[in-house]
Amino acid sequence: MSRLRDSVPPDEVGTTTVATGADAVATPPAAPPRRRRFRTHLLVFIAPAAAIYTVFMVYPLLDSLRLSMFAPSDGGQVFVGFDNFVHLLTDDLLASAFWNAVWNNLVFFAVHFFVQNPIGLLLAALLAGPALKGRATYQALLFIPTTLSVVIVGFIWQLIISPIWGFVDTPLLGQSSTALVTLALMSVWQYIGIPMILFYAVLISIPDELTEAARVDGAGGWSTFWRVKFPLLLPTVGVVSVVTYVANMNAFDLIYTVKGALAGPDFASDIMGTFFFRTFFGFQLQEGSSTMGATVATMMFLLILAGVLLYFYGWQRRVESYQL
Amino acid sequence: MSKRLRRLVPITGAALLLLAACGESVDPRENTDNAGDDGSDGSDGGSGDQVTLLMESWRNDDLAIWEDVILPAFHEQHPDIRVEFRPTAPDEYDAALDAKLSGGTAGDLITCRPFDVSLRLYDEGHLAPVTDLPGMDAFDDIARTAWSTDDGSETYCVPMASVIHGFLYNKAIFDELGIEPPETEEQFHEVLDTIAQNGEYAPLVMGTADQWEAATMGLQNIGPNYWKGETGRKALIEGSESFDDPQYVDAFAELASWSEYLPDGYESITYPDAQNMFTLGRGAIYPTGSWEIALFNEQADFEMGAFPPPPPEGQDTCYVSDHTDIGVGMNAATEHPEAARTFLEWTTSAEFAELYANELPGFFPMSDHDVEVQDPLAKEFLSWRDECESTIRNSYQILSRGEPNLENQLWDLSAQVLNGTIEPQQAAAEAQKGLERWYEPQQK
Repeated sequence: MSRLRDSVPPDEVGTTTVATGADAVATPPAAPPRRRRFRTHLLVFIAPAAAIYTVFMVYPLLDSLRLSMFAPSDGGQVFVGFDNFVHLLTDDLLASAFWNAVWNNLVFFAVHFFVQNPIGLLLAALLAGPALKGRATYQALLFIPTTLSVVIVGFIWQLIISPIWGFVDTPLLGQSSTALVTLALMSVWQYIGIPMILFYAVLISIPDELTEAARVDGAGGWSTFWRVKFPLLLPTVGVVSVVTYVANMNAFDLIYTVKGALAGPDFASDIMGTFFFRTFFGFQLQEGSSTMGATVATMMFLLILAGVLLYFYGWQRRVESYQL
Repeated sequence: MSKRLRRLVPITGAALLLLAACGESVDPRENTDNAGDDGSDGSDGGSGDQVTLLMESWRNDDLAIWEDVILPAFHEQHPDIRVEFRPTAPDEYDAALDAKLSGGTAGDLITCRPFDVSLRLYDEGHLAPVTDLPGMDAFDDIARTAWSTDDGSETYCVPMASVIHGFLYNKAIFDELGIEPPETEEQFHEVLDTIAQNGEYAPLVMGTADQWEAATMGLQNIGPNYWKGETGRKALIEGSESFDDPQYVDAFAELASWSEYLPDGYESITYPDAQNMFTLGRGAIYPTGSWEIALFNEQADFEMGAFPPPPPEGQDTCYVSDHTDIGVGMNAATEHPEAARTFLEWTTSAEFAELYANELPGFFPMSDHDVEVQDPLAKEFLSWRDECESTIRNSYQILSRGEPNLENQLWDLSAQVLNGTIEPQQAAAEAQKGLERWYEPQQK
């Protein structure tokens, strides 16, 4: 990709690479004057997606950023600059609830990172192994939970680990020490199919020549995996991790389904999604505040942005990709 | 190209037909519905004069009863008014109503939550005052508190129903173990010990997973005996008592003593779990409120009894939480204020009280009409109004207006006291700290 970009002359950097690429295919080199004609059909193709994305993603996001700078006053709203953010981070109640939610959210992500990735990788490696009977069946079975509704997953697991109806005596979901990790593991169970399928796709695309060459060089199965296959998997590990991070930081449904908006006990399973929900919509006798809710949403956006940037600059640029 | 178009013709045709079918099927159905209802109402007045009122509510469980029993009774007397009951899911009601009111699409009649939620709607001009509505004298001050301004000068909703807290018990288990419903707190603990020693049933069925049961069915159930009902509730509001006073610590301590009688793993038992456990006969006593009666009558195949929260030793007066829960008011922007007031006036009548109390056992009308309640369990709950002093939950009026609001805090604290993660003393201190943070009369 970087080679392609380098080959574009400096004066053309402004135009998109897509346009250049399309030109190269569509226009015979014999007609250079037509090369620079603006391609209206490109706009036609881009417009629907751009319009929908703008209306349903960009505009709400910008409007929520705007809303976070306002405060309610006499039925209307007044501009207050960054006051909401200062309040969120300095008010004793809000700040402690906010940081508690951030911390729990990071724990929630850490469980996914350290459990979902290794198990997904293990399952993918087993599936990609030679001469596995019923591979498609295993694949389907492992992927099915991902397609289930969160409500069903939450409900079923709640019954399975319920001290009265299920077969676990410890109230895993009722103790501050275990509730969050239990919920995170439920979520891992549900979404394990995604990293598995992505890792699997990479593993089966590794040409046999590489593994054969390794064997010829005297490497066993273990070192073939770690020295040959794993480096090829690293970019996918990064993609899976960043996708998981974004999904986890936006998570809400499972915890809301299982523990409700109060995310108990004593806010032990409160993550940013549930904290946002209570702030924005209110809860029971607590009144909601759309402006403070927007402030929390903006903080969530910034945290996700920070994580994604860290991934782009700290990982994706350093990790080596190999063309197979 | 034309070939392709031709292929599209049948598809487009089918789609059009489908659309047409949808359109046609909706309209006639509505018409027949109206025609049928007009006939059954026995109204011979032209439907042109009829006024239709929409009623907003969160009681979607009661839809059938409103449509089949309560509203037909009203329509019979007022053939020129049609009321339609349009409930929303309980947890979406407040937000949905807010949006509809500000968008001008809300119904003519509004079911009112108690206290601040409705007070805010009144202050914003969405609810019309009903202070001078004929029939309002059927309600005393306690009944009106939940829907009156702080100084009590204006009332904006007609009180409709309250729920009474207490304990339900499984008579079969009590007979089997030879125990009687307790009358004092000491006896209560003896009864619990007896059931615990037998070991077959959970003495008390409740969980703390959803948190609100711990506060609503726990603390607010037994608490009034400690803080002397209305006296203590008002003293908290005035600031002459504080939440870390001994009576509140004692209430938390009594609640904490329940934890050894709760089912194993109660920390993760949810409200529906507890309901099922009790109705399946796996537990003996269920701390609750009267709203449970209708459902439990349906689900439990054993006889149930009820007893009020037993007062501590040496206390003669008993206090019950007779919590004002449902009111009904009028959208200030309604196009038919006269018709709406006619309906509201009807809800103050003895006839309405009688219908409501018997169709929805466990929801008790608050008017002073003599109402004959048929359901034995509901009757038992209702009799406590005469034997004990009535009060309402102490966190509902005024004390939940700030951050942190007392109600939500009590959920958390009560659940934690039962879970054993904080001491009763600490819980009371936390609640007081929360009040002092924003409530002036408590800032000393």
